[in-house]
Amino acid sequence: MTDQTYSKTELMICVAARLFEDGTTAFIGTGIPMLAAMLATKTSAPNLVPVFEFGGLGAILEDLPRAVGEARTFHKGILAAGICELMETAQRGFIDYGFLGGAQIDPYGNLNTVTIGDHDHPKARLPGSGGGNDVGSQCWRTVAIMQHDKRRFVPKVDFLTTPGYLSGPSAREDAGLPIGTRPINVVSTLALMDYDDGLGGTYRIRLAATHPGVTVQEVIDNTGFELIIPEQVRVNDPPSEEELRLLREEIDPERFYI
Amino acid sequence: MEIIESGIGEMIQPPDIEGFREWNRTQKTRKLVDKRMSEQEAISKFVYDGCYIGTELYGTVRCPMSVSRELVRQGKKDLRVCGQGVLELDLWMAAGLVKKLDITYIGLEVYGTSNALRRAVESGQIEKCVEWSNASISWRMKATAMGVPFLPARSMLGTDMIKYSSAKVIEDPFTGLKVCLLPALILDVAIIHVHRADRYGNAQIEGITGFGAEMARACKRLIISTEEIVDTDEIRKYPDRTIIPYFLVDAVVHAPFGSHPGEMAYVYGRDEPVIREWVEASKTPEGAKAYLDKYVYGVGNHQEYMKLIGNERLSQLAEEREKRV
Repeated sequence: MTDQTYSKTELMICVAARLFEDGTTAFIGTGIPMLAAMLATKTSAPNLVPVFEFGGLGAILEDLPRAVGEARTFHKGILAAGICELMETAQRGFIDYGFLGGAQIDPYGNLNTVTIGDHDHPKARLPGSGGGNDVGSQCWRTVAIMQHDKRRFVPKVDFLTTPGYLSGPSAREDAGLPIGTRPINVVSTLALMDYDDGLGGTYRIRLAATHPGVTVQEVIDNTGFELIIPEQVRVNDPPSEEELRLLREEIDPERFYI
Repeated sequence: MEIIESGIGEMIQPPDIEGFREWNRTQKTRKLVDKRMSEQEAISKFVYDGCYIGTELYGTVRCPMSVSRELVRQGKKDLRVCGQGVLELDLWMAAGLVKKLDITYIGLEVYGTSNALRRAVESGQIEKCVEWSNASISWRMKATAMGVPFLPARSMLGTDMIKYSSAKVIEDPFTGLKVCLLPALILDVAIIHVHRADRYGNAQIEGITGFGAEMARACKRLIISTEEIVDTDEIRKYPDRTIIPYFLVDAVVHAPFGSHPGEMAYVYGRDEPVIREWVEASKTPEGAKAYLDKYVYGVGNHQEYMKLIGNERLSQLAEEREKRV
């Protein structure tokens, strides 16, 4: 029996958690990515090496970190170093994945966390890049985790903070970003997406699987740009009872996010 | 050499690396001098209106909150800030003291965006925001720490981050790769909170080091606040733990619970209710002012602040510390 009363956020976290690959290194951004990483380490990726940009590497995630620098990010960890050390580790090719959030995403997976509106006279000033740009530049594979609506899935981000595929095929390499680094997935409150990045592809976001109870049309209606729809669209598994129990009782009992 | 792209962001502080060497030669003593002083003395002696200033680590983690609150009490203004911050920079912005920002991230993490930042930037009170990533701002300090005018990096490329920074893109003459050149960042004043230091400023940190090592080497004046003042013999017993040697340091402030309401790894945990109080209060200018009146202007110094929080609460936070296992 599956509990049908889960929220969209809980489902998004579960779908994101299933993307973590056991035995790899992954930069974890603040917020939802932390919950997804914790869930992954308690389910399918017990040997995940979480990396937090302020210096923590290899922590045992027993308690949800509230900040990327606090002690929970190096709790029983194997390294408590500094920002330079871990960013340099990424720059020399040791960090496999990056899990990030953002306020806006465009068809190429570029993220905005700086300003809504004009940079110098913004309608809304957002926190800034933080480590986002570095993670999107340096990690081998990047996953974005986002609320899904037209305000967030936009044709063009107001400020391009974190590189996805930039303007399409070969744009990352042309800009000088490390060869082979790329965005691979977007997990939203409605769907799991990947990229049309095969030979001759457009390098734009493509629908891969809808969440249970969500129609393809619903995803299209909530996306502010033309989403590539393949012939086959899968449906994601709903959260299992165990996933929900872990999320509610062990990961976020204080309900910071869920 | 051809410059492929140049950021249009203001160079808030020029990377005068020769001037920095000269400063280090003439203005920083190598003698063992007792540098202990209060928050009041440290701020009035080394911080001035319009200076280029930065704090380490980060609002709720090993952050020099007692010194940051004193800066607000003394109303040092028109600050140009190297901004990676949470509560400390929120307080400065809420008090209207910040004019320009080299910004990486200012937010409340688990509690979302910073309303103090939003108000200060959207109203135009902060005149300039120059954008950097966490790695690039840290590497800018590392350049200064290395004594070189810039460092190449592979961040920021292809994005608006370059455009709104003061970085440049060139083709590397060795490999032909495009690289982002990050100018050395030289602070007039840096403030860093540590676990222990001796009276001369030899300082040791436990847990993650953030960009403490780099910032300590990328500033003209360095104010250290410390949970504990120890004998130099203690430092000499564990020299491998010294992150900041004394000659970098200008002031040593004894500040137990100096990071409150933030945490100090292995010493005390976060004071979630007081952090939440700021999150709620800072939603409006009036709320922010009331918070400042209570926790900053309403107390004369850090000792009074600790009395306001109360011994019982502080002992509880010490109990909730991260423990070595």
